[in-house]
Amino acid sequence: MYEEMVTARYYEERLQEEYLEGKQPAFDISAGPIPGELHLAAGQEASAAGVCAHLRDTDTVTAPHRPHHVAISKGVDLKRMTAEIFGRETGLSKGKGGHMHLYDPDMNFACSGIIAQGCPPAVGAALAAKKRNTDDVAVAFLGEGAISQGGFLESLNLAAVQDLPVVFVIEDNDWAISMPKARVTDVEDGSRRAGGFDVRGERIDSDDAVAVYEAAETAVGRARDGNGPTLLEVQVHRRMGHFMGDPEAYRSDADVEAAQERDSIERLADRLREHGVEGDDLEEIRERAHDRVDEAIEWAKEQPQPDPEDAYEDVFTDALEGWPERPERELAATDGGER
Amino acid sequence: MAQADVPDPDAAGRELTMSRAMVEAIAHEMNESRDVFVMGEDVADYGGIFDSTQGLLEEFGHDRVMDVPISETGFIGAGLGAAMQGMRPIVELMFADFFGVAMDQIYNNMAKTAYMSGGSVSAPMVLMTAVGGTYNDAAQHSQTLYGTFAHLPGMKVVVPSTAYDAKGLMHAAIRDDDPVVYMFHKRLMGLAWMPAPEGPKTGVPEEPYEIPFGEADVKREGDDTTIVTLGLHVHRALEAAADLADDGIDAEVIDLRTLVPLDTETVLESVQKTGRLVVVDEDYRSYGVSGELIARATEGALEDLEAVERVTAPDTPVPYARPLEEEFQPSAADIVAAVESVRE
Repeated sequence: MYEEMVTARYYEERLQEEYLEGKQPAFDISAGPIPGELHLAAGQEASAAGVCAHLRDTDTVTAPHRPHHVAISKGVDLKRMTAEIFGRETGLSKGKGGHMHLYDPDMNFACSGIIAQGCPPAVGAALAAKKRNTDDVAVAFLGEGAISQGGFLESLNLAAVQDLPVVFVIEDNDWAISMPKARVTDVEDGSRRAGGFDVRGERIDSDDAVAVYEAAETAVGRARDGNGPTLLEVQVHRRMGHFMGDPEAYRSDADVEAAQERDSIERLADRLREHGVEGDDLEEIRERAHDRVDEAIEWAKEQPQPDPEDAYEDVFTDALEGWPERPERELAATDGGER
Repeated sequence: MAQADVPDPDAAGRELTMSRAMVEAIAHEMNESRDVFVMGEDVADYGGIFDSTQGLLEEFGHDRVMDVPISETGFIGAGLGAAMQGMRPIVELMFADFFGVAMDQIYNNMAKTAYMSGGSVSAPMVLMTAVGGTYNDAAQHSQTLYGTFAHLPGMKVVVPSTAYDAKGLMHAAIRDDDPVVYMFHKRLMGLAWMPAPEGPKTGVPEEPYEIPFGEADVKREGDDTTIVTLGLHVHRALEAAADLADDGIDAEVIDLRTLVPLDTETVLESVQKTGRLVVVDEDYRSYGVSGELIARATEGALEDLEAVERVTAPDTPVPYARPLEEEFQPSAADIVAAVESVRE
């Protein structure tokens, strides 16, 4: 868990550097080596690491628009994921998806850039597992800003009524773009929504990866044993803006500082030291993680840009004929008059 | 485009309604593979409110013919999730009109999975839905919306007009590796409470067969004017063609059968022969199928075109009262008038 969290944090810091390259001094979202929007998840590592620690490759995870930490914890190929974020030919989706749309079928990992809309496909993956009598489970991650969405609530109900092996994980980072949680919902404990569907719910009120791990152990185990869905809510924090370039004028300095001070990685490092893990061992893990990230980013940047013609491929698995060629005919035969 | 090698409907020795033909294909595919299952509102105990799943529960049970909560985003998305795992769900959206509540799962997730994953993940599901009016159910239960689905890339769009086509297209839809939207017209299904016109009940071979996508069917050959249409209006166009024949006008009627892919070639060949094109569509007039067909004919056969007209629903929500809806619906008489107009 520690290694995954350190990897995810450093990955986001490095992506931030790369992203801002070419976008200074005047911010231009389309300039620089990383195209488009970039939603970073620094501060949210504990939820992904704590939950995914219990998952196998055959278990399915769907992530929202802020997916990197979840993908890293699920074991998505870091190099190909990075190449995808840089829009390169060897990326997970050959440069057609981008950072919000990462698909790794080997790891049963998928994203949706639309909030809460990864929930129904996670329910479907769980349905497939049940129909095929495997003990695979599915986990849908969503933000606290998505908990009022129909897609989430419908999924919770459908998973409950069908007793499906799904775990829903709300990552509560306090902010839905510029809307603080208190203005989004009157229910401070989002996991209480589970009660309305007769589903078990639990809130982990801190960034404590160990607490997440323990709660997820029960939830994933319950799903794997055929005992239905669970809703977890994990209090995380948002160290950066909603997207890169977000000036966060809506957010007080004190709130940003408070988020910066709460560091789930340091908290876990302290726990590990208390349990006798040597500082050198932690440093070694950190160095290994940093090397892996640097290597992935360097590899991705060396990858070729996609061929423009490839834009037309993969709309369907078997290519449809395109627009018809203009038929050959003798133009002299048509004079526009009577036929 | 060449017609595929498919069994002869006339030699079948029996006739089925369109709904029976669809169900026969679904049942066959469910017997062939455990990965095929049906999910939707009232598809099990009720048998589909338009008989689209009639009898499947008795054969396959609730595990494989699943009634679900009234929760289209949830269950259409769940169908997608199962399809992404390699299953082949058939998900019924009761009315095409309801797609708005589940639009994100349909056009942002189902339709874009193959593309956004760079082809590494596909969604081999069938989204089956009822379309069309003619039964006074007003603006939220009578739309055809062919153009909306066909406009958004990533879904194949199928519109059968006969029992024979319905079965062959359903086999092909279930076996297809991409998401297929299968839009059936309520009036063609052979429902006890909504009598079908003459025509959709046809001979249907007992053995399975596929009608390939992208092959329009020339339902009536003729030399004078090309009528291109789909769904219920194939039958109205044939009725119009019969009336026109009495006046010595020989109209050709092309049934598109699939909108994505679209068989432009058959339309162009016909237009090159007749020089006159009438497009008939129960969907709204603007920005839809009729405009698309005329654009393709113009791009591909401009020199051959002498006259073009379209007969469509107006850009108006579907009205309720009988005389109002009759005014709204393209009729056989409207088609006759359009053909006469392009011949002037």
